[in-house]
This record gives sequence, structure tokens and C-alpha cells, in this order.
Amino acid sequence: MSTANDAHGHEHPKNELSHYAKRIYAIRDLLVEKGIISEKDIQEQIEYQEARSPANGAKLVARAWVDPEFKARFIADPKAACAEMGIDATAINEFVVLENTEKLRHMIVCTLCSCYPRPILGRPPDWYKSFNYRKRSVVDPRSVMREFGLNLSHDVEVRVHDSTADIRYLVLPLRPLGTEGWSEAELAKLVTRDSMIGVMDALPAIRQ
Amino acid sequence: MKVKFEDRPGHIRTPWYIRGKTGWVERIYGDFLNPESLAFGRDGLPKKTLYLVAFYQSDVWEKPQAPKDKVLVDIYEHWLDPAA
Amino acid sequence: MARGHHDIGGLPGASEIDRADHELSDWEILADAVNQALGARGIKRTDEMRRAREEMDSEAYRTMAYYERWIASIETILIEKKILTKDEIDRRLAEFEKEWGEP
Repeated sequence: MSTANDAHGHEHPKNELSHYAKRIYAIRDLLVEKGIISEKDIQEQIEYQEARSPANGAKLVARAWVDPEFKARFIADPKAACAEMGIDATAINEFVVLENTEKLRHMIVCTLCSCYPRPILGRPPDWYKSFNYRKRSVVDPRSVMREFGLNLSHDVEVRVHDSTADIRYLVLPLRPLGTEGWSEAELAKLVTRDSMIGVMDALPAIRQ
Repeated sequence: MKVKFEDRPGHIRTPWYIRGKTGWVERIYGDFLNPESLAFGRDGLPKKTLYLVAFYQSDVWEKPQAPKDKVLVDIYEHWLDPAA
Repeated sequence: MARGHHDIGGLPGASEIDRADHELSDWEILADAVNQALGARGIKRTDEMRRAREEMDSEAYRTMAYYERWIASIETILIEKKILTKDEIDRRLAEFEKEWGEP
């Protein structure tokens, strides 16, 4: 009954966990014992996931902002553009980048479950997986955006994408005004995870 | 295109709110294994063409919508009919 | 037939979005990794997991935590594929609980 390779997340005494939370330990133990998966498999998945975060997406967006030819490649073939930057997007079946403009904003949701571009952004935030977000984002995206601080006039079109299949979407947010001459690294700090989901714009041009 | 207004059993990836609604094809994504079959351990064949279908929000919901706004859903061919 | 409990786009009764994020617990990270490892080994597909969640008891679906739903569907699929039995899991869990002591 090995407890090796336990992840170093938020620790709870195991006897205080809920029934299903406890159950995964038994399931894991049996699967490894029977050779269905190995401890190494599990550890590899944990490490793969730790290596994925919104920083990857921010790098891509910042490069797209400074380099119009990269931006064109990023939109035309996102997986190839990721490979150019040493970001591994191979786990995504189909990757689509949606470019925001002054007159157009995109917002991504998975109403049926929680599909999300994990290989690029890491795990989704709790709110993205919540019933509230899944219910509201298709019928009233603007109210969701307002909660995140984004108020848009009716002059701006809002497109909500419901990820119901194997296509994984990433929003390319608008480059903030007043960032001329900024370095990619400085620009990347303005690109939040939430701006790549589309519930808000990138941060304004205040050096972080 | 009009989304079929049907209630089928099994693992369906066409959300209820879009069934029976009429929109248009924005993109053709190509052919994919059928999730309705994969969900039950079957091989997902024959592949189905997946479309990005766009709808005016005002055509989908009773709640008033900004006139330009749209909802876009990835829908498989067998859930679509040509609009009347 | 009816609308599935997972098929909630546009349903009323939603409220303000709670933007607080929580750091994942050990058990959640483990559930995530076991799920991904099973997929990587071709043991199960994401489509099967989704279907298992759709077939859950609706009240359970609405009240269980996100990763608890994953664990429940991992179990359902593994039992369905005759890789594990419920009895085995119950027995192994009982052994662990003895080891972990009373809460």
C-alpha cells in the first residue's frame, strides 16, 4: 500500500477526506498493483500538468502583439506557432485562436462539462467549471464580463464559443493602448489567464 | 443550417439550448470520430463532419440580446439540416 | 428522455460567479493524474468519462465536488470494463481507513 508519489498539493489528513476523495487512493493502489498504470505514469502526468500554466499563453500573445507575421502564423496554425516557441501543444486535437478587435470580443465556455485548452493554459479555474458560468455565459455573456470588470457597448460584437467537441479555443486579447515599445516580457505580464478565456480584456498599460 | 430538434438517448454533444435553432456554417472543421459511439467504448466510426455553426443570440434566447451578438457551437453533421 | 443534468447552458437559477480559486488538494491532483494516465495508456476515453458523469444520479452530480465527480466516473468506467470491481475498491479502502485511523 505505497503512498509514494503523493502530490505536494494542499495536505489534508486522509481520514478526514470525503468518501470519494478517499476512494481515489484505493483505486490508484489497485491500478498500480495490477499493472494497469504505473507510479511513473502518475508522476509524469503530475509533472506534465505542473509545467502548464497561463504563462505559456501569455508568451504566445505577447509575441503575436509585437510580431505581425507571427500573429498571422499563430492564427493560421496555432500548433505550429506553439512549436516555434517551444510550447508543446501536441495534446490538443484541434487548436483555434480567436482574435479580439476593437469591435469584437470572444468568450469561451464548455456548457456541457469543462473542456479547456489545458496543454496551453494548464488546469481551468474553479469558476470556469462552475454551474453558474456554464449556465450564464451562453445566454448573458455581457453580464459575466461585467463581473470581471469588462463593460462593452452594443457597438462591440460579443461571440460566445461553446466548446462542445475536440476543438480547443484560445482568445487572443486586444493589445492594450499605450504599450508601444514594450518588451515581450513586459507585455506578457498584461496577458491574464482570464483574458485568454475572454471574460476580460488584457490588463491596462501599467508596468507590473 | 437548422439544428435538429430531437431528444436522443446516449451521449449527445449538441446542447439542448441550440436544438431547433437556425444559424449558419462559419467553418468546416473536418471529420472526427463520433463521440456518441466512443462514449460507449465503440470505435467512433464512421467519422462525422464537424461544423462551427453560428447563431444570432437574438434567434436563440427570449432574453433580449445585443443585436450583433452571436453564439457559436461545434456541431456534428448528423445534427444539422439545411434551413428551410 | 429529458435534458441531461449536465446540459445546463442557458438554464435559470444561476448567480454571481465566485471567482475565488482554490489550490488543489493531494487527492484532486491524484484524481487528475490517474485520469490522464488511464487516457495516455488507452484504457479509457474522455468521451466515456463524460458519459459516466451524465449517467450519474442527478442529485449527486449537482452536489459532488468537481474532482469527486471525476473519481466516481473513473470508478464507473473501470468497473464497466471489468478492470476493477466495486468489492475490491471497497476492501482496499477499508484497509486504508484502518491505517489512517479514526477522523
